[in-house]
Amino acid sequence: MAEKVIMSGNEAIARGAYEAGVGFASAYPGTPSTEILENLSKYKSVHSQWANNEKVAVEMAAGAQIGGLRTLSAMKHVGLNVAADPMMTVAYEGVNGGMVIITADDPGMHSSQNEQDNRQYAQLGKLILIEPSDAQECKDYLKIAYELSERFDLVVLFRVTTRVCHSKSIVTLEEPVPTKVNKYEKNLDKYAMLPQNAIRRHVIVEESLKAVEEYANDCVLNRVEYNADKKVGIITSGISYQHAREVFGDTVSYLKLGLTNPMPSKLISEFCESVETVHVIEEGEPFIEKAVKILGYKCTGKDKITIQGELNAEIVRAALTDIPENEGYETHAKAVDRPPVLCAGCPHRGFFYAFTKFRDKLVPMGDIGCYALGVQTPFYAMDTGLCMGGGHSMTIGMAKALAAQGDTRKPIGFLGDSTFFHSGLTSMIDAIHCQANVIEVVLDNSITGMTGHQQNAGTEVSLMGEPVPKIDVVSMVMATGIDPDNVTVVDPQNLEEMEAALKKAIENDGTQVIITRSPCALIKSVIKARGSRKCVIDADKCKGCKACMKIACPSLAFKDKKAYIADPANCTGCGLCMQMCKFDAIEKVGE
Amino acid sequence: MTTKNIILVGVGGQGTILTTKILSAGLVQLGYDVKMSEIHGMSQRGGTVTTQLRFGEKVYAPNIGKHEAEIIISFEKMEALRALPYLKKGGVIITDEREIFSMPVLTGEAEYPSDAIEVLEKVVGNVKTVKASEKAQELGNIKAQNICLLGALIKELKLEGIDWVELVKQNVPEKVRDINVAAFQAGYDMV
Repeated sequence: MAEKVIMSGNEAIARGAYEAGVGFASAYPGTPSTEILENLSKYKSVHSQWANNEKVAVEMAAGAQIGGLRTLSAMKHVGLNVAADPMMTVAYEGVNGGMVIITADDPGMHSSQNEQDNRQYAQLGKLILIEPSDAQECKDYLKIAYELSERFDLVVLFRVTTRVCHSKSIVTLEEPVPTKVNKYEKNLDKYAMLPQNAIRRHVIVEESLKAVEEYANDCVLNRVEYNADKKVGIITSGISYQHAREVFGDTVSYLKLGLTNPMPSKLISEFCESVETVHVIEEGEPFIEKAVKILGYKCTGKDKITIQGELNAEIVRAALTDIPENEGYETHAKAVDRPPVLCAGCPHRGFFYAFTKFRDKLVPMGDIGCYALGVQTPFYAMDTGLCMGGGHSMTIGMAKALAAQGDTRKPIGFLGDSTFFHSGLTSMIDAIHCQANVIEVVLDNSITGMTGHQQNAGTEVSLMGEPVPKIDVVSMVMATGIDPDNVTVVDPQNLEEMEAALKKAIENDGTQVIITRSPCALIKSVIKARGSRKCVIDADKCKGCKACMKIACPSLAFKDKKAYIADPANCTGCGLCMQMCKFDAIEKVGE
Repeated sequence: MTTKNIILVGVGGQGTILTTKILSAGLVQLGYDVKMSEIHGMSQRGGTVTTQLRFGEKVYAPNIGKHEAEIIISFEKMEALRALPYLKKGGVIITDEREIFSMPVLTGEAEYPSDAIEVLEKVVGNVKTVKASEKAQELGNIKAQNICLLGALIKELKLEGIDWVELVKQNVPEKVRDINVAAFQAGYDMV
C-alpha cells in the first residue's frame, strides 16, 4: 500500500518536485514560501540553492530549464514583483525542461506588507496558472504542471496561499521518476528575445494558450461535482473550495477549478447553463468572477464576499446562507497584546537603543526583516517600511524632501545582511554615487533571520550543506570607493561604540555607512559558544531606576520596585542590561 | 462523527507545533481525516502562536472560525483568555497556569490579567487548569510542558487505541525522551 503521511502544502510541493524528477530549484526565502526549498534540499537528487533575490532565482531556473532540466523556483507573492522581469519574458521563450514558478500569496497579510493576488500575473505574463487547494493537490498538481509546461512549451505559475502552504493534511506518496534532462540545443529564435524573435514567439505563445484552454475544458485539474441539487452552483478554486465545501457540503453543485489561466470557457459556460444560481467563491480579486461575467453569465462574487483579508467558512456562511452564527462566550476582560519582539540577546537591540539617543536628529527608514520590530514600543525607531531594499533607496529621496522644507534631520536607512544582498546593495551604490547626505546602516547578523535562519551570500555553508565562500559586506561597501572615514564597523552590543558611531555619522557630511556586526543569538553555533552564560541581578544593589527596562529585553521584568531576570532560560548574557545599570547590580555569570 | 475542532494557543517557542504534530500523527493512525493549520513568520518572535486542528471522517477547511472550537488548550493563561472567541457554547478550556509577560506588561504600559482563569471559570464554567510547566520544571526541563499538555488533551479527547507514548518517543530528541514520557503521563493524570 502507498505510504500516507501528514504534510504541509509546502512539504508536498517539495515532494512533488522530487517525484517529478526536478533537477534544479532556487528561491529567496519569504513567508509563506520558505519551507518549499528547505524541504526540497533534503532530496539529494534535486540541486537546491538560495538565490540573492527572486529575480536571480527565476533567472537561474530559466538557465537550467533552457539547458534541459526540470526546474522550480519559489517565492512569496511580493517576491514575484522582483522576479517579474525575467518571468514575463521567459514566458515567451517557453521551455526545454519544464519550468514552474511557485507564488505563495498571503491573503490576510499574516507576515507581509500587502495582499496582492498574483493570479493576475498569469494573465499579464502569458503563463499557465494552477491553483491547488490542499497538500495532496500540491503534490499531484505540481507533477501535472511539469507535463503541461513541456507539452505546451509554456511556463507554469503555481499559485498557493498561506493556508495551503501552512496547513497539513494527508498525502499519499509515490515513487519519483529519475531526474529528467533534455539535451541542450542552441535555438536563437526561441531563447534570444531580440525584437524580431519576440514578435514571432508572442504569436506562438498565444496559439499555445489556446491549446491549453482546450485542454482546460476537459482535464483532471478542473472538475464538476454535480450533487442532487442543481439549483445552486458554486465556482471556486484553491483554498476557497475547501471553505465552500465546509459550508455547503453536498447540498450544492461545484465547479472546482485547478487550472485558471487560460480559463476553461466552455466548461464554465456548461456549468452556468446547468444551474439556476451561480456563486463565485474566491479569496482576493474577482479573478474567476470576471471570467464568468465576460462569458455573459450572472453570478454573485465580490458583492457578497470581501476582497480584503483571508477567507474562512464563517465568512462564506454569513455571506451566502441564512445559517445562524454558532453561540459562544463573551467577556469584557481583555488579554494584553503580545506583539512579536526582538529576541533576548538580539544584536539589533543595541542599535535601536542607541538610535533613541539621537531620535530628534534622525528620520529612521526601515526595511523587511526582524529589525522591522524596532517600529514598536519602546524604540519607535521606524518611520517608513516599504519593500526589500527600500530602506536605503528611500533615504536618498527623503534627504531631498527634508532639505526642501528646511528640516535638518538626517534620513537613516537600515536593513540586514540578507536584505543587503537581496537588493540593498544597489541602493547603497546609488546613495554613495549621488553623494546623498544620509546614513545607511547594514545590521549584519550573519543570517536571514526573520524567516527562520536561511543561508545567504554572507554565510559559509550553502542550503545543501556544502562549504561556500562567504561574501563580506564591508568589502562590498569599500569596493564602491567610498571614503573609508565615512564607514564605521561596530559591535552593536557595545552601547558606547554604537552611540559613538551614530554620533559621528550624524555630524559628518556625505553618505555615511555603519555596519553593525554581531551574529543572531539563535544561530546554533552562537548558542553553543555562549554555553551557560547569562546575566544575574543582585536585588540588594538594584535601586529600581528601571534604566535596564529601556532596552525592552523579553528576559527582563520589573516587580516590587526591582528588576529581575524573569526568563533565565532565554537570557543570553549579552550584557546590554549590564551596560544600562549605573549601580553595578547586574553581572554576567557562566563564562 | 462530526468534525472536532481544537485550538492550541501559546507563545512562540513553547512547542505548540510539535504538540500538534504528534497529535495529528496519532489521529491518522486512528483512521481519521486530519487537517491542521499554523501560521509561521513574525509570530515566532515571542508573539502569540495559534495552531488549529480539525479531525473527523472528512475534513475540508483547515482553519477554525469564531465560536467553532470544542476545545481550547492553552499553554499560557492569558492566551486562553485571548482565544475565548473561538470557543463554542458548551466547549472546554484546558489551560496551564503559567504566566508569560508580554512586552507591554514588561515595560509597564499594561497590566497582566492575573485573574484570567477566574474570569474564564465564571464565563465558561468548564475550565480545567493544569500545572504542566510546573511539572515539566520539576521533571528537569520546562520545555517538556508541551508534551505534558498533550497528555492532558489526549485524556480529554478520550483518544484510546494507539500507543501515544511510542509516538512521543519518536518525536522528541533522545536525550530528553524519558523526561517527555514522564511529562506525558503526568499530563494524562491531570485532567
